[in-house]
Amino acid sequence: MILKPQLQDFKNIGYYSGRIIIGISLTMLVPMVIGLLFGEINPALDFLIAAEIALIIGLILTRLCFTKKDLNWMQGMIVVSLSWLAAMLVAAIPLYLSGHWGSYLDACFETMSGFATTGLTLAQDLDHLSYAHNLWRHLIMFIGGQGIVVVAVSFFMKGFSGAFKMYVGEARDERVLPNVIHTSRFIWLVSIVYLILSTLVLGTVGIANGMKPVNAFFHGACLFMAAFDTGGFTPQSQNILYYHSLAFEVITIVIMLLGAMNFNLHYRIWTGGRREIWKNIETRTLCITIAITFLIVVIGLSQVGSYPRALIMFRKGFYQLISGHTGTGYATIYARQFIDEWGNLALVGLIIAMALGGGACSTTGGIKMLRLGIIAEALKQDIKRIILPERAVVEQRLHHLKEIFLEDKQVRAALLITVSYLVLYGIGTLVGMFYGYSFLESLFESTSAAANVGLSCGITAPSMAAGLKLTYIVQMWAGRLEFMSVFTLIGFFVAAVKGK
Amino acid sequence: MKRAIILIFFCGAACFADSPAVLSGVALAKTEASAKAGQISSTALINNAREYDGKSVVYVGEAVGDVMVRGDFAWVNINDGENAIGVWMSKELAGEIKFTGSYHSKGDRLEITGVFQRNCIQHGGDMDIHAQSIRKISPGRVVGEELDTSKRNFVFILLVVLCLVFVFVRRQRS
Repeated sequence: MILKPQLQDFKNIGYYSGRIIIGISLTMLVPMVIGLLFGEINPALDFLIAAEIALIIGLILTRLCFTKKDLNWMQGMIVVSLSWLAAMLVAAIPLYLSGHWGSYLDACFETMSGFATTGLTLAQDLDHLSYAHNLWRHLIMFIGGQGIVVVAVSFFMKGFSGAFKMYVGEARDERVLPNVIHTSRFIWLVSIVYLILSTLVLGTVGIANGMKPVNAFFHGACLFMAAFDTGGFTPQSQNILYYHSLAFEVITIVIMLLGAMNFNLHYRIWTGGRREIWKNIETRTLCITIAITFLIVVIGLSQVGSYPRALIMFRKGFYQLISGHTGTGYATIYARQFIDEWGNLALVGLIIAMALGGGACSTTGGIKMLRLGIIAEALKQDIKRIILPERAVVEQRLHHLKEIFLEDKQVRAALLITVSYLVLYGIGTLVGMFYGYSFLESLFESTSAAANVGLSCGITAPSMAAGLKLTYIVQMWAGRLEFMSVFTLIGFFVAAVKGK
Repeated sequence: MKRAIILIFFCGAACFADSPAVLSGVALAKTEASAKAGQISSTALINNAREYDGKSVVYVGEAVGDVMVRGDFAWVNINDGENAIGVWMSKELAGEIKFTGSYHSKGDRLEITGVFQRNCIQHGGDMDIHAQSIRKISPGRVVGEELDTSKRNFVFILLVVLCLVFVFVRRQRS
């Protein structure tokens, strides 16, 4: 029997969602100040309007739904999924007011793409966008990559056990530190330190490459936020191709790989446990999958003869592969070139890389290396059981931060999420084909959206059908939250209608 | 359409008259038509890259972003309203560019004549144009920003609403 949600459920969900919306409104002060500093008055007004609207909504929700009760699992998951949708809606307001997005739906697509660290864009005339709006696009990637709830838990909540339930609902089921609030703050500390260092490095390289200092450091900060959070937005319309710089490409590869690493690994590096990098199943799995998918890409590109030289193969083939595998979406080629220059085999290699993703508890999307490693290990052990004598004891172990004995429930959980991702990729592909695109193009774009990658083969454009925009928005949202909180929200609505 | 009609008229006139004025008019129209026909959009270049690879093209657009000087040469990204393509040109040619497009400025509108490279070996496989000459079609300018009064008024209205909501919240709490 399905139980109908109670008033307390609505109050808890409303109250904590309201607090998160208030948090989002306060983050809009950053681009507003930047707009004022650069003399961009109208963009500053756009952010002031949006911040006021978000504050009004947040204050009303927290007052009407005021409660002192803690969240249970269901409520925590729903707060996460709902607040991501709310964040998308309020964050889209300043972008829509700028006039650079054709409709409010396009602006919502952009903000969901930002928060979900995807990087697919519907911006028009990006090369004339203000510093304020451009910073906001990248800042929401920074926030979304760490996690909107992580932001709230780190800065706006004093501490309660419901914090962990929301933290898990945002697809972070690993604690770096025993206390989830300390974990959230550690994630932010790592990000801020890398932000400062990377901005300095990228800014210096930008100046050496002929950029004006202000633009060099602004671009440096934006590129870091999008690369470390494996998002893929850039301040200019040509993406990374704008810079025509091998140095930029090498640095962003390093940052993308850092972003695709589990934050637990970052903690180990910071506390001196560097050997964990090579012992960890995720690192090993990532190395294997990069090698295999790059081999497929190289063979495919060699067949069509697109990049005859090694350095060009690195800058075009390897760069796009790492960008796709880490879920970033930075590109040094035009979208159309994937179809015209890469050939089907290389494209399939890239799609596989995008689908797999990076490390768990990182900023990346996709199935994730830990799940792949778990499934591969379970398969290996099952084959051993068949081959070895019946009396042999087969120990299922893997190393992820510590030695773990693999249990069936872990394998089941890994398989469930993996199948969910594959189904999501498939649904997006079918919708793309419904709108007239070829199978491979539809699969490419669907995988890119659902795995929060952001590479495009040309389907994503302002002229795209509204139905396809909505499909990709849902894919980006569900893929980023890894389904559980989305399924819980759907279940909640079903219970509200059908429950007793 | 208008250019086609002019061209047809002059061609037709040439069939019935051998007046030098008419003939020179035909030559001028043909030259104009050829010059315009040589101009190619970024979308056409990207979608037909193999066809144009290594060929001389005429590309028109606005200079955007930074003029990135690197030694004796410079990168300038030119946006024709559809896409931006990187143009590799000498420092001397780049020196003629006074404005580039950004939020506060409209960039110089340039006609670039150069060789299109599908996967430039010199530049790591980038799709680019190596400029042989540039012509400034129209200069750029600083774009003044006027305060949008409707947005300003909306800010004040929302501020009033926010204050009322805040007072309501405080009262409920007390």
